[in-house]
Amino acid sequence: MSLDLILRIGTKLILPFILLFALYVQFHGDYGPGGGFQAGVIAGGMVILIGITFGLGTAKRIAPQVMVERMVPLGVLIYAGTGVAGLLLGKNFLDYGVLGHDPVHARELGILLVELGVLITVSGTMTALFYAFVERGR
Amino acid sequence: MTAVMPHLPALQIVVPLLGAILAGFLRRGPTAFAVALAVSWLMPFIAGALLWQVLGGGSISYRLGGWQPPYGIEYRVDVFNAFVLMLVSVIGAVTMPYARRSVAFEIDEGRQAWFYCMYLLCLTGLLGITITGDAFNAFVFLEVSALATYVLIAAGRDRRALLASYQYLIMGTIGATFYVIGVGLLWVVTGSLNFVDVSARLAEAATVQPRPVITALAFLTVGVSLKLALFPLHSWLPNAYAYAPSFATTFLAATATKVAVYLLIRLYFSVFGPTLNFQKLPVSELIIGLSIAAMFAASFIAIFQTNLKRMLAYSSVAQIGYITLGIGIANKAGLTGSIVHLANHAVMKAALFLALGAVFYRIGSVKLHDLSGIGPKMPLTMAAFVVAGFGIIGTPGTVGFISKWYLAVGALNEVGWPLVLVIMASSLLAVIYIGRVVEVAWFRDPSPTCIGASDPPLSMLIPLLVLTAATIWFGIDTQWTAGIAGKAAGMLVGGLK
Amino acid sequence: MQLVKTFAEHYNYVITIFLMMAGLYIVVARGNMVKKLIGLSIFQTSVYLLYITPGKIIGGTAPILDPAFTVYSNPLPHVLILTAIVVGVATLALGLALVVRINECYGTIEEDEIFAKDDDQ
Repeated sequence: MSLDLILRIGTKLILPFILLFALYVQFHGDYGPGGGFQAGVIAGGMVILIGITFGLGTAKRIAPQVMVERMVPLGVLIYAGTGVAGLLLGKNFLDYGVLGHDPVHARELGILLVELGVLITVSGTMTALFYAFVERGR
Repeated sequence: MTAVMPHLPALQIVVPLLGAILAGFLRRGPTAFAVALAVSWLMPFIAGALLWQVLGGGSISYRLGGWQPPYGIEYRVDVFNAFVLMLVSVIGAVTMPYARRSVAFEIDEGRQAWFYCMYLLCLTGLLGITITGDAFNAFVFLEVSALATYVLIAAGRDRRALLASYQYLIMGTIGATFYVIGVGLLWVVTGSLNFVDVSARLAEAATVQPRPVITALAFLTVGVSLKLALFPLHSWLPNAYAYAPSFATTFLAATATKVAVYLLIRLYFSVFGPTLNFQKLPVSELIIGLSIAAMFAASFIAIFQTNLKRMLAYSSVAQIGYITLGIGIANKAGLTGSIVHLANHAVMKAALFLALGAVFYRIGSVKLHDLSGIGPKMPLTMAAFVVAGFGIIGTPGTVGFISKWYLAVGALNEVGWPLVLVIMASSLLAVIYIGRVVEVAWFRDPSPTCIGASDPPLSMLIPLLVLTAATIWFGIDTQWTAGIAGKAAGMLVGGLK
Repeated sequence: MQLVKTFAEHYNYVITIFLMMAGLYIVVARGNMVKKLIGLSIFQTSVYLLYITPGKIIGGTAPILDPAFTVYSNPLPHVLILTAIVVGVATLALGLALVVRINECYGTIEEDEIFAKDDDQ
């Protein structure tokens, strides 16, 4: 564990803002630059920052390895599931137009769900990659 | 049933994708195998229904997300890619039961579930390349299958597999990136990514801006040729096939390069064909020259290999030479030969690699000297090897003969009799490398390594025998292979200028 | 003078070609596996630039319909390249993972040394 006081306090101060920024990028993605990929990388970066300053143990208490590795397929499942939902409601695969009462809202909901899936997969993948590389050679 | 029919093109991709997710969740080898088996056995039914539909009447267009092409991604099924879909699905379905014991033997317990997950992703990618009508979507699927393939190759216990996988990653990524550069240039001049739409707009673009179109053709040719291991670009293939786990080698040898060949044919005949006058560009000469070089050089190298998986890998490079030869000949008979050889070579090479996998399962080696006298110990396995080997040589009565017959007819019409002689001469090299194995396996005293060997369990033997039977069956009854390939070739050549 | 003008007007294509060749050269000429992967990444980056360049319209804004704007950039290349970037990251991560495992098995990441070790067997 790092003993540098400034680093540790600085990290603690900045953490909530990183998470908030990730969520901002996520939900602002339909009316500005952003979306699941970027938000996922930022959220993953938060866990990596914790891992670097407070050690791997702390990072794994916040984001357990089992959960992280499940997040990777879970996000893809949400994405594919949104597509299949359109299929089950009688439209083509990935057609979100039927998910709500009118097509515009339905498409907005659909893209939010898809981006949520992307967020989960990307942040999970980033964290899992970090864990995998850090643990080698121990 | 009527509700499902219109969505079959999407299901062809979505089902293996969902299977891969499920296998990723389960994390246990045997359950992941069950998922992979269920998905693999479902695929031929979907592909078969699609093939039946397109044989009945015209091509199928499926709009992803309901967006109208060329703005949205379109899945487009015609006779040609329905045939390739069927091929990939059937190979997956037939070889999958073999995987359980082979994978349990060659791959560590903790990695087996990931192996099946990657297999399903690879299947998704290969089917995706085949079914999509969108150039960039094809790139994404190309990379999905390629990334899964690198993992499949590196999954075993042999450390050389890691190096082979790394080299394939470098070459494969360069190939895919060349493909994207080509697609990018086409997009700049036509403003479209849909194969049909690009093809329609290319005529005008090529008269205004011929240079980027020809540059795009060059980039696409080199990129896809790297993926399909055309002769001088094949250096990644022998090591990757030699050191990968047996099941991975079998599946990749039978499907991955075939799908890349499909993409090349699609680009040449459906996208560029109606616009570019191939007589003015030396495309045919180049492809024929490289194919002949592949047929001879790779077969010649195969003769001197002591690792039999490596030998068969070089043989694959040579056989890909036959397939691309038909593309170079570019008339109906030649292209029929190419397309039918996609299927025929897949069946034969899968049988050969399954036989070697069974040998490895029993004696833990595929070195030639370890196999001496193994024939009487594993009679069914080695008999299957001999029959499939006859197919590689091109003996009448096996599938290899059918392909070479069409290629020879095409060569005779287009180039003349010297090329026919070349095809026959190259087959003689196959006699040497296959004959060498047959001699060592059947006519020598047993080596100490194979004293206790016997035929593998039924789950491994049946896929092998099914493929061997297919080697003979489709060598006699060609209605389902050469018949459909002929239809596809007619459609593709019909679009040529 | 004409040459300089052409050069200046197409400078992003010049950069694209430079990155493409530089990346490919590193992949071919270096024996160190990590350096090869870096070269591969540079090579892929050049393609991102190749796609983004024709998509930009000078004075155009992000393609979100708004009465205040009339000129929009083409969003398609950005979407395509976002996908290509993700593919590139995945390839790089997998490549590095392979290099880590190769280093564990062989004790080196120089290609010629690895070939020498395999020949010994």
